[in-house]
Amino acid sequence: MTLLLAITAGGLFAAGLYMMLRRSLVKILVGLLLLGYAVNLLLFNSGSRLVPGSPPLIREGESAPALIHADPVPQALILTAIVISFGVTAFAVVLLRQAYQVTGTDDLNEMRCTDIPCPEEDILPDDPEAAP
Amino acid sequence: MIVLPILAPLLFAIVSLVGWSKPAYQRVVGIVGAVALNGVTLSVFAQVRAGGIQVAQVGNWPAPFGITLAVDLFGAVMLQVSALVALTVAIFSLSGIDDSRVKFGFYPLFFVLLMGVNGAFTTGDLFNLYVWFEVMLMASFVLIALGGERAQIEGAVKYVILNLLSSTLFLSAIGLLYNLTGTLNMADLALRMPEVQPAGEVTLIAVLFLIAFGIKSAIFPLFFWLPASYHTPPVVITALFSGLLTKVGVFALTRVFTLLFITDFAITQPILLVLAGLTMVVGVLGAAVQTDFRRLLSFHIISQIGYLLMGLGLGSAGALAGVVFFMVHVILAKTALFLVAGLVERLQGSFDLKKLGGLASSRPWLALIFLIPALSLAGLPPLSGFFAKLVLVQAGLELRSFLVTGAALGVSLLTFYSMTKVWNEVFWKDRKSGMPALRRAPVSMWVAVISLAAISLLAGLAAGPLVDVSLAAGIQLADPAAYISAVMGGIGGAP
Repeated sequence: MTLLLAITAGGLFAAGLYMMLRRSLVKILVGLLLLGYAVNLLLFNSGSRLVPGSPPLIREGESAPALIHADPVPQALILTAIVISFGVTAFAVVLLRQAYQVTGTDDLNEMRCTDIPCPEEDILPDDPEAAP
Repeated sequence: MIVLPILAPLLFAIVSLVGWSKPAYQRVVGIVGAVALNGVTLSVFAQVRAGGIQVAQVGNWPAPFGITLAVDLFGAVMLQVSALVALTVAIFSLSGIDDSRVKFGFYPLFFVLLMGVNGAFTTGDLFNLYVWFEVMLMASFVLIALGGERAQIEGAVKYVILNLLSSTLFLSAIGLLYNLTGTLNMADLALRMPEVQPAGEVTLIAVLFLIAFGIKSAIFPLFFWLPASYHTPPVVITALFSGLLTKVGVFALTRVFTLLFITDFAITQPILLVLAGLTMVVGVLGAAVQTDFRRLLSFHIISQIGYLLMGLGLGSAGALAGVVFFMVHVILAKTALFLVAGLVERLQGSFDLKKLGGLASSRPWLALIFLIPALSLAGLPPLSGFFAKLVLVQAGLELRSFLVTGAALGVSLLTFYSMTKVWNEVFWKDRKSGMPALRRAPVSMWVAVISLAAISLLAGLAAGPLVDVSLAAGIQLADPAAYISAVMGGIGGAP
């Protein structure tokens, strides 16, 4: 099981990085999502104790949990990471949509206004909905 | 007590949210909040200076199990300097940020950003550090895109994508480290690291951390997002970012490489030093060809990060003291320069060096104010940059790292060249006939710029006490035993 998860995480990392190297904004977004999943799987695997059926609880009449028990920490970490990546992704989607609206392209190579100042007429008037 | 630097910005973020569409109210809250934050950080600093490392266990869970907050002297210095930056930026933004941006939440975001920054300086837990980084990043994402001009949006796209990639790497490094050690408390990690097997995997994780924090602090091969995005938002936001964000990255690097990855220092030291040298040189060469005030200063941010990395790579107590001192110096000088750029733009309506000129005769005081942080950045005595570089170079010579020390000195010269270029173009050059008439700048901008330049000047003139503090902080950083015992020894103690 650990091996299978590890391979899946590795595959997701590779696919995510590949997508991030693309020029299209949407594909970069997909890449970010895949990378997020890859990290969550990695965290899930990192407890080193993927034990089914043994919760980290102290059974009645005992003073310590079973010697081999599931590690609850990675799950807490994943939960936090999922919530954060949800918020971040929501923001990224809105930003990339806005970028498409303002620049009229989803090709990163066309976004050069930060390096070469754009001619004045290219700058669109401020959109009241621009700020998130 | 040390929770307050996190709680105070949160409180004022909420207070400023109450008056969502009332810019005047929010501006007042901004000033009041920044002043209050200074009070809080000053008392934390006094406490740490007098009583050593301060520790709080959140929820009273003992050390390796709960989340630990720990402020050592380095953290306290960082808290105080960023509070000062926040105050001057709040004063400058009284008229430096337009009403529409305020109505879209500039001040709540400003305080959330400060909360994230202070959290990162305060936490003693690696995963908690990740969370604070995300808090800080989310606020900075919105701030950089606030207003939605084309260049801003394009800059924001690059900034967001690369910083998210860095967060992903950071999180994977945390996962792998937890897998090896079974803990995320930094002091506990420091205790367990020497015995971890296999050692090769530790080096791998160290490199992952180096890349993740390297992107955030804009070191040599990973800095490209910074000059592509920092000059796009209003200059107040750039000044805030330049004073705080990359420095948090360096702070995290320092924490990780002085506390966790010290056993294989022989491997990491040459990597850090080579990266430091290249960061300095490439940053300053990039600045040499720029003709936009803000882009030029953005490249100088990168070059100054190289000095901080150099101190970290040298690793002796003296060098780490240099890092602390340089951090104070560069945060103050850099923010002051960006605010001066903002003031110049307000007066003459441009950031383009070619469209500026003649300010030395029409605004001689502004020229003088520019010279303080500019010459300080170049490292001329008796300004703070001189002493900061002196401490670093001294440490470099003691450790016989002649190459990186030579690079540091050469880059100082190039920085000086770059600053004289700005001086010539903006202040010394005659006014051209076609230039628009000078406008008036609001008093609040002058107050902000003058006070920050004065603080920067003071950091040089009163270098003695500051060097003492830096040395004490450097000794604390070089020997993690005090940090570990402060965090782990306080088991069961009241927070």
